[in-house]
Parts: sequence; structure tokens; C-alpha cells
Amino acid sequence: MSKRTDLLLAMADDELILGWRNSEWTGIAPFLEEDVAFSSIAQNEIGHARALYELAAAELGTTADELAFDREPEEYRSAPLVELRRLEWARTIARHWLYETADQIRLHALKASDDEAIAGLAAKMDREEAYHRIHAEMWVDRLLATEEGGARLNDAVDELWPYALGVLDDELRPELRARVEERLGRKLPEVAPVPRGVHEAELQDLWNEMTVVRRSAPPGSQW
Amino acid sequence: MLDAQAPEESAAGEPSAVPEAGSAGREALRGQGRIFEVFRQERKGQPFQHAGTVDAPDERFAEIYAREQYGRRQESVALWVVPREAVTEIDEFPDEFEMKYRRVDGYSIKARLHEARERAGTLDMAPGGDAAA
Repeated sequence: MSKRTDLLLAMADDELILGWRNSEWTGIAPFLEEDVAFSSIAQNEIGHARALYELAAAELGTTADELAFDREPEEYRSAPLVELRRLEWARTIARHWLYETADQIRLHALKASDDEAIAGLAAKMDREEAYHRIHAEMWVDRLLATEEGGARLNDAVDELWPYALGVLDDELRPELRARVEERLGRKLPEVAPVPRGVHEAELQDLWNEMTVVRRSAPPGSQW
Repeated sequence: MLDAQAPEESAAGEPSAVPEAGSAGREALRGQGRIFEVFRQERKGQPFQHAGTVDAPDERFAEIYAREQYGRRQESVALWVVPREAVTEIDEFPDEFEMKYRRVDGYSIKARLHEARERAGTLDMAPGGDAAA
């Protein structure tokens, strides 16, 4: 597999799995408007995944659906950050914000890529991600505005920090650290990143559910 | 308004799980604060029309929620998001003297024209066949 395909799949898997995790809030978010907004963001992420899979599929001679649903769990290239199941609002917001911040750094680097297809898609995604970032930043402000909210957010960031570092390649990590530290006004610990390649146990359960319909149909089924 | 009498109201059937009587407590519990009216423009140059409302803690949340609910399917080119309290409603229009002549559409002559044509026996000559009038 080329380095290009590997990069596309890593990003696509991040977006698909995070979109899936965020969609777990559909119907149970803290209040109705947030339910609609967060579900919409989740859907956008899955849309980004589709666009990325399509680029990879063209190179691999397969389809976006096959890449999204027909691989074994261990074949996914997603970062463990997006695989974690943390159905608790402060952790969800912390992950959302950490991911969007990391993703912005990654997209920014890709927009300068010599590969026109990748640079173009990165620019397109970034225009939509801008609203995800506004949403995430708004919630960070809201949580930081109260003592309890701030404490919960900071605890969640501490827990997720090694995972957040694992989203990015080595050379982009210092920028993530600088941004997060500046925003929270404190230093974050020097920790070993939880890198891509190993998977969280929760991914298996997610995969079972995500692919259940696909696996139930005879091969070659037309929908 | 509810907050002032929270204890009595609880006894009178308000959910007793409401923790603090302070408005901040309620707001946090419901996760919402204000109603914002949302107007949307479908195409450039067209008038903005009322699309619906969003229920949000503040302007920033209202903007995001309006965008997600009324703009994400490319159904709008622009939105106005207005706190409901900024809207002045006028809903009383006395018309004691039935001064219909002030209406911009003027007098209704349709019925009188119909009668006149009937008298003259030219009903079937009316433009477009006035039979339905």
C-alpha cells in the first residue's frame, strides 16, 4: 500500500469512526438543539470519510463502501482517540475539540501538498470543519466558564491527551501541544502518544454494530 | 418568573428534580436559555421568510444551531437570527368604521359587475366567461 493510500485511509477511518461515535449522541444529547447540531456534525464527518475513501478506492481498485465496511477491525487505520467510547458530555467535548484542533493542523499541512487531489479535498473539508471548530470552541468556552465545567473538561483533556497526540505524525505534534496549552492556560504532561496501529478494545464492538447489516447480506447484494 | 415561587410550584406539580431555584440552575438543567427567531433567504435578492426558531443558551449557540437546522442542506443562502425579545409584535388593528376604501386593493367591484352584466343579459360575453364569478 502506498504512503498516499495509507494517509487517505488513516484520515478516512478517523472521520468514519469519530462520526460513528458522535452519532451515538443522537437522541440522547443534553438538549434537543444540541442533538440536532451534533448529529449533523457526525454526518459531516462520515461524508468526509466517504470522499477520502473514494480517493483511496480509485487507487486500490475497490469502492468506498468496501473500504468502509468490508475490512476486518484490525485493518482499520484509525487513531485510538476516535475509537474510545466515552458517552459522557465533557469527554465527548474534549475529544471533539482535541480532534478538531489536530485535524486542522493536519488539513493545513495537506492543503500545501503537491498532490492536487489531496490538497483540493483537504481545502474542501477544511471549509466545513471550520464550523465544527466553532462548535467545539464554543463548548470549550462554555465549560471553562464554570468551576465544575472547567474541572471536568480539564480532567477529560488529561485523560485523552496521549490519544490526541497519537492522531498526528511526530512533526505536527508540537503544534498541537502549543495550541492546547495556550487555550487551557497550562502545561500538559510529556507523555508517550497512543499511536495508530494499535486499537482500543471498543473498536470491535463498534465494528460489529457498524457492519451488521452489510455482513447479513449475501455477497454481491445490490441495495 | 417561575423561579420566584419555585418551592410552592414544586408541590403543585413541577418536577421535583429541579435542583436549584436560581435561574442559572434551571438554565443549566434545561440546557437552553432563549428563543431565537430564524429567517432564511432562499435565493439572493429574495425576501427573508420566517423559517422557525432555535432554543439556545446564547447568540453563539443560536448561530450554530440555526446554521445546522436551516442551512445545512443548501436550502438557504443567508439567515437572520434574532432574539425573540427583539421582535415587537403588533396584533391589534381596530377597524370600527370598516374603512375598506383605505385598502390598497381598492373596492371590490366583482360582485357589482356581475349584477350589471346579469341585468344587461351579457353575462356570457364577459372576458374569460364570467360564469364562475
